[in-house]
Amino acid sequence: MTAAQLIKSFTLWEFVKAHWLTLKYFFKPKATINYPFEKNPLSPRFRGEHALRRYPNGEERCIACKLCEAICPAQAITIEAAPREDGSRRTTRYDIDMTKCIYCGFCQEACPVDAIVEGPNFEYATETREELLYDKAKLLANGDKWERAIAANLEADAPYR
Amino acid sequence: MIHVIAFYLFAVMTIASGAITILSRNPVHSVLWLILAFFNAAGLMILVGAEFIAMLLVIVYVGAVAVLFLFVVMMLDIDFAELRAGFVKNFPLGMLVAIVLLAEMVLGIGAYKAGALQLGTPDGTAAQPAGTTNIEAIGALLYSRYLFLFEAAGVILLVAMIGAIVLTHRQRGDTRGQKISKQIARRPDEATVNVKPEVGKGVQL
Amino acid sequence: MTAFFQTLGMSYEWAWFVSTICGILLIALPLLLGVAMIIYADRKIWAAMALRRGPNVVGPFGLLQSFADGLKVFLQETIIPSAANKGIFLIAPVVTFTVALMAWAVIPFNSGAILADINVGLLYVLAISSLGVYGTIMAGWASNSKYPFFSAMRASAQMISYEVSIGFILICVVLWAGTFNMNGIVKAQQDHVWLLNGFVFNPLLFPMWVMFLISGMAETQRAPFDLTEAESELVAGYQTEYSSMAFAAYWLGEYANVLLMCALNATLFWGGWLPPLDIPVLYLVPGIVWFLLKVLFFFFVFSWVKATVPRYRYDQLMRLGWKVFLPVSLLFVVLVSGYLMATGHFA
Repeated sequence: MTAAQLIKSFTLWEFVKAHWLTLKYFFKPKATINYPFEKNPLSPRFRGEHALRRYPNGEERCIACKLCEAICPAQAITIEAAPREDGSRRTTRYDIDMTKCIYCGFCQEACPVDAIVEGPNFEYATETREELLYDKAKLLANGDKWERAIAANLEADAPYR
Repeated sequence: MIHVIAFYLFAVMTIASGAITILSRNPVHSVLWLILAFFNAAGLMILVGAEFIAMLLVIVYVGAVAVLFLFVVMMLDIDFAELRAGFVKNFPLGMLVAIVLLAEMVLGIGAYKAGALQLGTPDGTAAQPAGTTNIEAIGALLYSRYLFLFEAAGVILLVAMIGAIVLTHRQRGDTRGQKISKQIARRPDEATVNVKPEVGKGVQL
Repeated sequence: MTAFFQTLGMSYEWAWFVSTICGILLIALPLLLGVAMIIYADRKIWAAMALRRGPNVVGPFGLLQSFADGLKVFLQETIIPSAANKGIFLIAPVVTFTVALMAWAVIPFNSGAILADINVGLLYVLAISSLGVYGTIMAGWASNSKYPFFSAMRASAQMISYEVSIGFILICVVLWAGTFNMNGIVKAQQDHVWLLNGFVFNPLLFPMWVMFLISGMAETQRAPFDLTEAESELVAGYQTEYSSMAFAAYWLGEYANVLLMCALNATLFWGGWLPPLDIPVLYLVPGIVWFLLKVLFFFFVFSWVKATVPRYRYDQLMRLGWKVFLPVSLLFVVLVSGYLMATGHFA
């Protein structure tokens, strides 16, 4: 052990250095954001809560092709289909079990008409488990609520697809 | 007035907790009651003006000795039935010890009242030189008149400590201890080495 | 204060009794409030050094966070494990809490502003701090659970070990001050080295202060010596089985002890209620302000260390206490007393 090391050891040099470092960090701006009041920007590709979209004229996009149900790796989607009064093929049931969903985004990849999408919303925690079993009405309501954001995201991402 | 209340409070608590120490079934409870007894004895010491002794009583007995008692007692696996079985057998011996202790106490108090030893005033208050605090008085006595006894007591304790270490310390050859000074002295440049091995030659480690 | 109550027509005994009760409340109530705020400050400082924000929702800047936590804890159910030794289990947090408040009796807040101006003040502090072990060890044993028991064993061994070196460090201070009286120790630090008030500016006592600071952290079981509640090994240590107000009592007691250590640092080494420089202008500021500023600064140091240094291993802790601090503090007792003898300090 050299003299320099002895001096360092007895003056607690390493501790002094460490405390100087943490003191510098003490005065640095915070890395965390004030979450419920401030939020980080999200990518247009962010995969959040699901939504069923409509055409601008109010007609629902989904044509009950069941591609999303087929591709869903978690088997979270359940679809039943039947002809509507006007003869067009529509879903009578479109359920997503959000507790099963793994947010892989395969459903929106598979959808030929951009009906099922994963929107930018991620704050949909519920008090009960049952509230996370989404049905068609809930998904369509989500679509109506988030349509502007979803459309903007799809447009922003379109050049890369 | 307040002296009398304080004295009877401390005295009653000391005797009561001393009695419960003996009567308590659970040895851990016994030790805790013993600590309370120590504490109240310290209170009595303060009442007679021996605050230094009182503090030492708390620091040494309550703070260190009783903790070791607790340690030992908590670790013990005690069979209460077995303990009680020996009670009748040991009762005469216990009584004998108690009688001896009582006789010694009576003798001691009698001799003290006779005033032959001149250790304190016979009315029970501690003799205190005027104008000095407790600590100064004890220090002056301890380091002048009783210096040899004090040092001798220190040496005896040292010998006891070394003896305990010698008896319990064992060196095992088959273990590798941590050498902290060596670890601290290690620097990055001597801990790592950069080599450029030739193809197919490998490196010598 | 006794004289004031006597003018109200009380007998001496009653006046003394009432004034002592008032003095206790005058110290204990602000102390408890201070502990609540200091817990908040601890969390804020710790967060800031990790580039986080810390509590900032309850009240302005989150100032009321501790009270919200207190209310939450207060409304919870006290759970007593069925195998626990009920009496001791419930007494243990009370012991910790009481002991944490007791030592404040001899801390001088200003010249003369001291609850019990006894001439064995420092010994009293040592005696009370040695009582602190019992709250922990009783909790560990009475919980009848293995992790609390391990934790209690660790805590008591740790506290006894560091009390030894703290004792020797304090002897150096006492030798220089020539008294055990806390107010006397503060007064002895006036104009100690070139107008500087405080033993810490003395080259012989500065290393003692560093060791006292570190030993104080070990004594109060603060990080980096918080092995008693090393959560990766012992769940929550001796508090594991506690809930509700009993848990809160431990919490408050722990922080009251930390504050006490800060106050002792300020009183014994940094001149207590004296201003840092012995200049008449600085004496215009009340002594209690200087004292509280010093206490707060040391609390910042305690939090700072907590945010910086990783936890010690138990054998390292014991090595530091017995193989480093004990010999070094003994050496300094010899050095200090030798220096004082050589310079004729004890005339």
